[in-house]
Amino acid sequence: MQTAEATSHDFITVGGFRQEIQTVGAGAPVLFLHPGRGMRGAGPFLDALAAGARVVAPSHPGFDRSELPDWMNTVEDLAYHYLDVIDALDLRDVTLVGSSFGGWIAASLAIKASPRIARLVLIDAVGVKVGGRDDRDIVDIWAQKKTALDALTFHDPSRGGVDYASMSDEELTSIARNVESEALFGWSPYMHDPKLLRRLHRISAPTLVLWGASDGVVKPDYGRAYANAIPGARFALIEAAGHLPHIEQPDATARAVLDFISATPVRGA
Amino acid sequence: MRVFHFTEQPYPDAWDPSLDSYRIVLPNGVCDPKVAADLYHRYLDEWMLADDLGLDIMVNEHHSTATCMTASCHVTLSILSRITKKARLLALGVPLANRADPQRIAEELSMIDVISRGRFEMGFVKGVPYEPPVSNQNPVNMMERLWESHDFILKAMTTHTGPFNFEGKYFHYRNVNIWPRPWQQPHPPVWITASSLSSAKEVARRGHVLATFLQGYKTRQLFDLYREHYRAAHGVEPGPDRFGYLALCAVGNTRKEAFARAAEVGRYVTTTSIVHEPFRNPPGYMPVSDYTRVLRNTGKMVPRMVPTYDGRMIDVNRPLSVQENIDLGLMFCGTPDEVYQQIVSFESYAGGIGNMLLMMQGGALSHEETCDSLTLFGKEVLPRLKEYAKMRGQTLAPQALGAAE
Repeated sequence: MQTAEATSHDFITVGGFRQEIQTVGAGAPVLFLHPGRGMRGAGPFLDALAAGARVVAPSHPGFDRSELPDWMNTVEDLAYHYLDVIDALDLRDVTLVGSSFGGWIAASLAIKASPRIARLVLIDAVGVKVGGRDDRDIVDIWAQKKTALDALTFHDPSRGGVDYASMSDEELTSIARNVESEALFGWSPYMHDPKLLRRLHRISAPTLVLWGASDGVVKPDYGRAYANAIPGARFALIEAAGHLPHIEQPDATARAVLDFISATPVRGA
Repeated sequence: MRVFHFTEQPYPDAWDPSLDSYRIVLPNGVCDPKVAADLYHRYLDEWMLADDLGLDIMVNEHHSTATCMTASCHVTLSILSRITKKARLLALGVPLANRADPQRIAEELSMIDVISRGRFEMGFVKGVPYEPPVSNQNPVNMMERLWESHDFILKAMTTHTGPFNFEGKYFHYRNVNIWPRPWQQPHPPVWITASSLSSAKEVARRGHVLATFLQGYKTRQLFDLYREHYRAAHGVEPGPDRFGYLALCAVGNTRKEAFARAAEVGRYVTTTSIVHEPFRNPPGYMPVSDYTRVLRNTGKMVPRMVPTYDGRMIDVNRPLSVQENIDLGLMFCGTPDEVYQQIVSFESYAGGIGNMLLMMQGGALSHEETCDSLTLFGKEVLPRLKEYAKMRGQTLAPQALGAAE
């Protein structure tokens, strides 16, 4: 078993490399797995979630200030790594919450049936192929101009506004690293693992699939198909949110997660 | 000195100025196969003329674009390896990081080398940013993938004792034993393009030919770094044959005629980067440090200042005149006398260049104009360049001095 060695309150070392991590709140543990944009903008959601849970939010290998081992290049690598992180941090009855790219990691983790995983929440998750070979289930984010991508990503496209000029070098470096790392893991097959859909039946943890009603990157019907492939999963829309409900509707999204945790008590707890 | 004639085999009929992309998203419905066939035939004829004139031949490839109809170096060179007689045949290059199957590359390039009876020059390139969205190969770690593919291809070309095994980070084979093996031993000369100091060092360490495209008066810095690292790795001075420089070129009977031709060839420069904006910088294509700087400058028009031969700085992020292109070392243009002087002066500035790669057809420069420009070059510039190189080689090449001791 891997062991965690805290190098500061901001970093852990699991598997021999440093990973940035934020921990807030107290209560039932939640492991938040961020989308391709990294932790940028997730603060209000973490705070809202922290009202009823202990939230552990690492930046994935290669994202934000986390190191990237040179052998990692698949979401499977990340999923196995997070099994080690969960062990190392001794997280028990943990609720996985994954957004978009992080939802893909969360689903890949959940099929591995760790006894430590109590619940799964997917938020506008990518990772599966539900349509035919000629169907594009997930918008090619790397073929869109920024204005077009903002319109697809957000219920309110003005939320996509970024003032790069005012950012520090460190913030810009994080953005550049996140763009590169998301491509490393998600370029081809584009944003999915062709086998994942067939393995979702293995998920035994109670599952909630949340979806931004206005998501134009991955439409709600994709989320419904995702939920249908997971035994007993519930599907719910978040209104006035696009692909990133944790950013556009942090309170409503956090409330949905906390309500789900309350409604699904851990056996024997 | 060798001089290579190069064209991208453009399809200029489709260059509609109202479009925001000549690549990737421009539907191929605007490509008339009959027009394309005529163009291919005339470009091949021009390469045959170059062969007759004593010039060498360079081809490249791009994908899903009206700027360059050469979709494969291999296909073009397959034809040229049979129908030309003397010319060296340079692919510059095969975009290894965009190709999923290096075994097939090794096989096909060996075929070309054998059919041409050993005239093939094997160039490998990272390629422009616009290619990974088409090849669907990952734009992250392209150089690492390029070098693994390169190592595999050289091993495939130089292993003659039966099948070998290769299980790398990116490429996997169990029975590698290519037929035919190449004509040239141990393998055709390898060229790599570089525009960064770190790439130039790696090419020097491996002893391959370093080629730079349109680097103008920044070339000397790259070449000197190559020389330094070549000496360190191999213990001898690299000869001029280790260097290639690509520029645009137009020769005319008069200066006016040459300038008109150069303006047309120069449309290569003004059209090549007309690409749907998201494809100009795919994720991971440029290093994080460079991308960070690009982000900071989002929405700003940042001038790119480049030195001329006499030390003036010119912003090249705006349309340039033919004279400015000449002053920047990006174009050799004029009467045969003028072109000879410009090339000699640039060669001397760079400290020795054995291979001049000249785009002598670009844009809609007609077959007749291209042939005339090529003929003037072949008959009135090339012989003088050969003389010049011989004189310079005898007086300067350290290998020659060493042999005399």
